[in-house]
Amino acid sequence: MNAHQESTPHRLARALGWGSLALGGLQLAAPDTVRKLAGVDDSRASRTLVPMAGVRELLHAGPLLVSREPAPWVWTRVAGDVMDLAVLGRALGSRSGGRGLRTGAVTAAVAALTALDVYTAARGAGATAHRRDEDNALEAHAAITINRPRAQVYRFWHDFSNLPRFMDHLESVEPRGQGRSHWRTRGPLKRTVEWDADIVEDRPGKLIAWQSVGRTAVENHGSVWFSDAPGGRGTELRVHLAYEPRAGRLGTAVAKLLGEHPDQQVHDDLRRLKQVLEAGEVVRSEGSPEGTRAMRLLRQRPAQPLVSG
Amino acid sequence: MKATCWTGRNSVEVTEVPDPKILNPRDAIVRITSTAICGSDLHLYDGYIPTMEKGDVLGHEFMGEIVEVGPEVTDLKVGDRVVVPFPIACGHCWACEHQLYSVCENSNPNAGLAEKFMGHSPAGIFGYSHMLGGFAGGQAEYARVPFADVGPIRVDDDLPDEQVLFLSDILPTGYMGAEMCDIKPGDVVAVWGAGPVGQLAVASAYLLGAERVITIDRFPYRLDRVREYTGSETLDYEEVDVLDALADMTAGRGPDACIDAVGMEAHHPTGPLHAYDRAKQAARLETERPHALREAILACRNGGTISVIGTYGGFLDKFPMGSLMNRSLTLRGAQCHVHRYLRLLLDRIRDGDIDPSFVISHRLPLDQAPQGYEMFKHKENECNKVVLQP
Ligand SMILES: NC(=O)c1ccc[n+]([C@@H]2O[C@H](COP(=O)([O-])OP(=O)(O)OC[C@H]3O[C@@H](n4cnc5c(N)ncnc54)[C@H](O)[C@@H]3O)[C@@H](O)[C@H]2O)c1
Ligand SMILES: [Zn+2]
Ligand SMILES: [Zn+2]
Repeated sequence: MNAHQESTPHRLARALGWGSLALGGLQLAAPDTVRKLAGVDDSRASRTLVPMAGVRELLHAGPLLVSREPAPWVWTRVAGDVMDLAVLGRALGSRSGGRGLRTGAVTAAVAALTALDVYTAARGAGATAHRRDEDNALEAHAAITINRPRAQVYRFWHDFSNLPRFMDHLESVEPRGQGRSHWRTRGPLKRTVEWDADIVEDRPGKLIAWQSVGRTAVENHGSVWFSDAPGGRGTELRVHLAYEPRAGRLGTAVAKLLGEHPDQQVHDDLRRLKQVLEAGEVVRSEGSPEGTRAMRLLRQRPAQPLVSG
Repeated sequence: MKATCWTGRNSVEVTEVPDPKILNPRDAIVRITSTAICGSDLHLYDGYIPTMEKGDVLGHEFMGEIVEVGPEVTDLKVGDRVVVPFPIACGHCWACEHQLYSVCENSNPNAGLAEKFMGHSPAGIFGYSHMLGGFAGGQAEYARVPFADVGPIRVDDDLPDEQVLFLSDILPTGYMGAEMCDIKPGDVVAVWGAGPVGQLAVASAYLLGAERVITIDRFPYRLDRVREYTGSETLDYEEVDVLDALADMTAGRGPDACIDAVGMEAHHPTGPLHAYDRAKQAARLETERPHALREAILACRNGGTISVIGTYGGFLDKFPMGSLMNRSLTLRGAQCHVHRYLRLLLDRIRDGDIDPSFVISHRLPLDQAPQGYEMFKHKENECNKVVLQP
């Protein structure tokens, strides 16, 4: 996982930060111009409200420009937008003529910015994977509740040959006896990556932990915990995966397997597991014919039947 | 086959697309005999529901004949005549086991997208955006129906399409809207929106024992239809102040329950709030114009219930939370859990307790879907409900 590669919400958040800086500066340096532009130069209250909004904008700009994960900070802008819209909404109701038009235009612009802010903040929300830059390791965690008895869920997972039915990046896992298995990936790679893994801990009905063995392009280990969901709601399942791709092209490629949002991917895997165990199949739509898959969310087919054949 | 495709805001086209095929063992393919345009489709048409793609096949109210079944569908066979519920439900998750079919935990392959907008994902829905699954819809000649062993209900040949088609959506939706009001003897129920959904909510409120039902809209031809077919009293909100009128009609108490059958694109008679909501919604954020909902909350009697069956997509502002909290109101809402009501309502249709076909105003061949959308959107030609025949 390349921590320096900036995602879209990340870049948008930075741009919004610059926007906040510019607007805040203007509101503080030339409050009267801003008041006239917004059509509220007739209001006494706006004389204090506009510079106050300026200070607020500068407060938004800080974290947006310096934070490593700026997107969540956009929510502070959303809160500010809402305040502005409330004030403008009130101003709109009591103004007519040219002044009312100007207030209307600014209100519409703020509304548009609110949309962008909400979009950026919401898009950024999923993008906080756990990265440890020092050692290039990549960790992912996800949990899900499955409406099936714990023993059944455990048994299904314990047969590792079932894993590719719901783990998207796996082509096959072959049991080799005595807790050893052979894993083979698929995905955006030219060649498949393979490794052996051993079960390192096995507590029936509770926990399965595994670990890759020997020299591989991607050392990895994982664990899955099973517990009873309260009130007969089935089984709570918690998965933790860690990958330590070795430096070099292959290592980077392997890291890409888990994509931009490792947590999201593991969560999608668990959704498919839930579908298989509860509904008996991986649900497919015309927009997402392969079923739940993070990559597909961004590149949907039209919801139109697939060409036969 | 021919299908009605979304081609952008305010535009649909009937075009040739591939025939659907079975993708999963629990799928079935239905040859569609009747399908309808819904107020929910107008939200898509108007461009207020995010995550639509050009070419999406629209339509979630349809019925027809089974022409193919997957190996796991054992209770339906080729030739069966079925009505298909609009939410897609697996039948086996916790939600389905609790009859909360429209929030099935497994039927939305794009749940990750919906979570970004709503926190958790509801069920997948036919022809209703990619956030809700990206499923091809039923304003077409054929449709693939996932989990066909759970959803479709078989109907006998003696009941015509027009009487049973609305089991797919608006009849159960209206019924659920009334059921959520928890109607007690003597209750007065007010319904905002005299569209087909509102009309069937009114009829259902009477079925469930309401003393009086008051319907609010601004189109006289729609209010006439409600009066004629259900006996409801009506208010034209362009003629009277709704809050005053309701307070007066209930001698100051307010209606015991209020049903919002309008949703996110409510029209405002006047006022600064109108400009405020227009500006915000113009940003094409899925922000709502929640005028009817605000009014329903303010109108409701202390301790009463507001039942929301009009569709909302995202966030709304100027929400009278103070009224809701201080006056001990209950707010409920849902996409209809259609599967829950199919058997019950089919029986009531058969027994003659209700005949939902009174909502139909226009019957058009599928080819004319674009005209149907335009007419229904602008309420032209006294359009109330359009049924399309492939
Ligand atoms: N919950 C569900 O499962 C479900 C199912 C089907 C439809 N719906 C929703 O129900 C709503 C109505 O659907 P429809 O097919 O009847 O649509 P429609 O467009 O025919 O009817 C809406 C009616 O509301 C009226 N209206 C607008 N603003 C109003 C206001 N301020 N006060 C009173 N009335 C007002 C309109 O004049 C119109 O007659 C839509 O939002 C639709 O998405 C929900
Ligand atoms: Zn509908
Ligand atoms: Zn389900």
